[in-house]
Amino acid sequence: MSLLHVFGFGLKVGHLLWILCCWIASMISMNWFINGEFKNPKAGLLGDSGSKMWFKCWDEISNFSFKIHHQYYQYIGSKKVCKSLWRKLLFPWVIGWTLASVWIFYYMSSHATEKSKETLASMCEERARMLQDQFNVSMNHIQAMSILISTFHHGKTPSAIDQGTFARYTEQTDFERPLTSGVAYAVRVLHSEREQFERQQGWTIKRMDTLETSPIQEEYAPVIFAQDIVSHVVSLDMLSGKEDRENVLRARRSGKGVLTAPFRLLKTNRLGVILTFAVYKRDLPSNATPNERIEATDGYLGGVFDIESLVEKLLQQLSSEQTTLVNVFDTSNQSCPVSMYGSNSSNDGLEHVSHLNFGDPFRKHEMRCRFKQKPPLPWVAITTSIGILVIALLVGHIFHATVNRIAKVEDDCHKMMELTKQAEAADIAKSQFLATVSHEIRTPMNGVLGMLDMLMDTDLDVTQLDYVRTAQASGKALVALINEVLDQAKIESGKLELEEVQFDLRAILDDVLSLFSGKSQDKGVELAVYISDRVPKMLIGDPGRFRQIITNLMGNSIKFTERGHILVTVHLVEEVIDSIEVETESSSKDTLSGFPVADRRQSWKGFRTFGQEEPVHPFSDSINLIVSVEDTGLGIPLDDQSRVFTPFMQVGPSIARTHGGTGIGLSISKCLVGLMKGEIGFVSIPKVGSTFTFTAVFSSGSSSSKVHKSQQINSQSNTVSSEFHGMRALVLDPRPVRAKVSRYHIQRLGIHVEIVSDWKQALSIINRGNNAIHMVLIEQEVWDRDLSCSGLFINKLEKIGHGTPPKVFLLCNSINSSRGNTTTGACDLTIISKPLRASMLAASLQRAMGIGNKGNPRNGELPSLSLRNLLLGRKILIVDDNNVNLKVAAGALKKYGADVVSATRGIEAIELLTPPHQFDACFMDIQMPEMDGFEATGRIRDVEQNINNRVQFGGLPVDAYNNVSNWHVPILAMTADVIQATHEQCQQSGMDGYVSKPFEAEQLYLEVSRFFQ
Amino acid sequence: MEVVQIQRNLVDYTKSLFMEGFLDGQFLQLQQLQDESNPDFVAEVVSLFFDDSQKLLNELTIALDQPIVDFKKVDAHVHQLKGSSSSIGAQKVKNACIAFRNFCEVQNIEGCLTCLQQVKLEYYLAKNKFETLFRLEQQIVASGGSIPMIEMGF
Repeated sequence: MSLLHVFGFGLKVGHLLWILCCWIASMISMNWFINGEFKNPKAGLLGDSGSKMWFKCWDEISNFSFKIHHQYYQYIGSKKVCKSLWRKLLFPWVIGWTLASVWIFYYMSSHATEKSKETLASMCEERARMLQDQFNVSMNHIQAMSILISTFHHGKTPSAIDQGTFARYTEQTDFERPLTSGVAYAVRVLHSEREQFERQQGWTIKRMDTLETSPIQEEYAPVIFAQDIVSHVVSLDMLSGKEDRENVLRARRSGKGVLTAPFRLLKTNRLGVILTFAVYKRDLPSNATPNERIEATDGYLGGVFDIESLVEKLLQQLSSEQTTLVNVFDTSNQSCPVSMYGSNSSNDGLEHVSHLNFGDPFRKHEMRCRFKQKPPLPWVAITTSIGILVIALLVGHIFHATVNRIAKVEDDCHKMMELTKQAEAADIAKSQFLATVSHEIRTPMNGVLGMLDMLMDTDLDVTQLDYVRTAQASGKALVALINEVLDQAKIESGKLELEEVQFDLRAILDDVLSLFSGKSQDKGVELAVYISDRVPKMLIGDPGRFRQIITNLMGNSIKFTERGHILVTVHLVEEVIDSIEVETESSSKDTLSGFPVADRRQSWKGFRTFGQEEPVHPFSDSINLIVSVEDTGLGIPLDDQSRVFTPFMQVGPSIARTHGGTGIGLSISKCLVGLMKGEIGFVSIPKVGSTFTFTAVFSSGSSSSKVHKSQQINSQSNTVSSEFHGMRALVLDPRPVRAKVSRYHIQRLGIHVEIVSDWKQALSIINRGNNAIHMVLIEQEVWDRDLSCSGLFINKLEKIGHGTPPKVFLLCNSINSSRGNTTTGACDLTIISKPLRASMLAASLQRAMGIGNKGNPRNGELPSLSLRNLLLGRKILIVDDNNVNLKVAAGALKKYGADVVSATRGIEAIELLTPPHQFDACFMDIQMPEMDGFEATGRIRDVEQNINNRVQFGGLPVDAYNNVSNWHVPILAMTADVIQATHEQCQQSGMDGYVSKPFEAEQLYLEVSRFFQ
Repeated sequence: MEVVQIQRNLVDYTKSLFMEGFLDGQFLQLQQLQDESNPDFVAEVVSLFFDDSQKLLNELTIALDQPIVDFKKVDAHVHQLKGSSSSIGAQKVKNACIAFRNFCEVQNIEGCLTCLQQVKLEYYLAKNKFETLFRLEQQIVASGGSIPMIEMGF
């Protein structure tokens, strides 16, 4: 029973736990799923199809729980409602489980009571039966004794029994009657027989109560025999006692054993009953009438039962005497039962009543049993119910805590999102602010610079000119700085877009090199660029931004390098990957200047590109470049290396004072590299140097990139100069890296290069004679090491028999340290100062070898009065809806000698610019009502295209259009907002460029010079 | 009055205009554009500016009086005004226009009306200043002097 109960309880607890587990599992799965959704694209990117499969499987599995949660969120809607619902659920939960545990308590305790009741009943019945049986045994014996008396006393004359015999007999058979404490026999004596009887017995009949001679009665029942123990009752008249008389009368009437009500025994004063049997003269039939029985009565046999002691004896025989209390009552009188045994202390505990049948139908007896101790508390029920309640409360608490936690997390998440939004907004606002401020500073700065430009055109003395130059330089520095800040702001606000134009990487690096050559020569630092042959000539990308990165890195390097070298190398990523294993053995001594450098391979160790098995698609158009800038400068202190790419963060505040700069350059570079789908990294060893490396992805500029390598080199050389094509050169340089750089530059001119490391080798090659060497380039280091040797070498060169002796060039690091012609005396030694660049090299070679100098000056600096030259007599259309602006712009252009026509609306401009027309250029405002600048330009381009096509296919006569078959008037946007107007946007709508409003001379020149030559 | 005195007055006055922020560098550029071939360039541009601006201000007043204000239109007008004022270097008018445009963006009528008053105020102030300036110049020209160049070094 109780096992079943425990089992049921266990089942309930198990169910609860199961529900809890399900809930937790579904929560986890949902969270995981949400996270998984974000992770999914990443996984897909990595090509992990396995994880996708797994996701599908999981999807199936968690479909159900997900649905539940989905509905839960839909149904509950807002978080507040959800919270209060949980609160509402919690209360009934607690109440319900409290009630349930109370019920369980009552249920179990009632079971326990029932059980103890049954135990009591069985015990009670047992005792009652035993008592009854023993009583019956005694009664039977007494009955047997009555037969004995009737046989031997009344049946024989003279009687065979006298008092002595009776006493002895009864004494000896006492064990047969365990319940009786004594027996006595009274004989029926009628009054008529009294005197004779008294004489015969020798005593008079006495009353029971007074023990005096009995008064005259109709009949008497004096005791004649008695057991010794009750011998005091001999001669007493049984009919004189009230109880006894009634007993006697009933006994002889019924012929059965009859009991008295319990009464105090005379001698012992204990409770007892008397059993009386009638002894008849003859055998009576069982249906004899009472009168017949009275007639036939001879005497009465009585036995005294000492109930109290008897029951005690009986109970002693039973083991469980201690646990129960037994009461025996005579209940013949229903209203007031007479207690026969047991203490009277009434107890309201459990009680069981068993009926006793002592063979007397007139008397009723019953036995009442109780437990001695109060029933023990039902501990099992208490612990079970409390346990359930505790578990339920715990579960409730867990739910409550979980719900609270979820709500809290949700709140936090909301707060976090709010904060994120705020932070993002603040960031945007910051960028916007930077952009605005920069722009607002640029505008007046342009004024300042323009005025300074003009001021320089005026008649100034030397000092004034110097002041103005300084002012202009400072102003330009400021504008450059502002441009940097503007770049940063543009990048941060995501407005920076890269151009996609074709450019020559080598030319750009030459430019950068020339930019820094002055500085490097001043410092005595060797500057070199090496570009791998496998890098195609033309690339498509943003040359300006690429240049910006290189300039930035080189600028930093040159700032912090006092000795040694700065080497820029450009390779394809594939090349470098192939060579990673090979180059690891190269010694650190093998560097450009001989100084140790930081191993650049360390700088790209963390790049993603190298982690992948297949870095680029071999047949795609994209070119993956890796560019390293290596220097032998101060290096970056280890502590500061982590902050290198943080904007406005410089290595120590003193650096800013010593070297200047904003510390924004590297951060911009990093962003730009990121925009070029590349990565940037560095390695730096303090006191040794730093190497910065970045990768960038460009697309291949021309189909010739797939043509054979040598052709590529040829085509390169064509651009610079073709007159050296096919010549042979000898480079004398013991240091392989430096020789490689030299060879790269010389090869660009189409010259075949051989490298030797010492004089002897050089001579032997020259003397071989089968291939004439046209020029010998000697590294200054070799030359200086042993001047006598070099002199000897020169002499030997001159004595070579065949052909003209090769020209000798000295590759010098810096001009001021070179010996110049003076040291070498008469021999014609030309000095080429580093850094080497194709154009400069070509010029030097041309000069020395006497090949026709085409005199193609690089227009690196602005010719003075150039704007006026460019614009003089040009017919220019200005379109602006603002009259004042129009007038000012027209005034500015007129000042440079241009012939200006003004228009205020886009439509006017379209009309004016419909071919044929005489305009050389058009400046157009972008923001105009009705039709903005972009739209107007687009329409003009459409019209031009239309006419061009028709002219081309002969639909229109060419002479009607001024003999121009390809109409394209340069249109430049005018804008006050440089951020809004990107180059790309202008190009998209067919514009050729943009100028800021109001005009700034230099920018105007730069833009205009692209069209007017 | 002596020509030299008037010239000095003109220079001082112009400087004060710059110091008080009525004018900015653009006005100097404008003056640079004036030469013998175009002797009245600055005056022409400035009077063009005032004519245009007067019209724009009138239109703005009407536009902002409408029960339903067309903010796009207002913005376009203010943009015009800003462009032309920045072209002649009337800095205070320009700044007022910038504030005006901000209110236009958020479509704040009260702000716009306040700004319109501000712009009008700046406009009349600028007009006064310019008139004084030109009067001084005319006096110089009338008394046979040349208009002194304003230096940038203040």
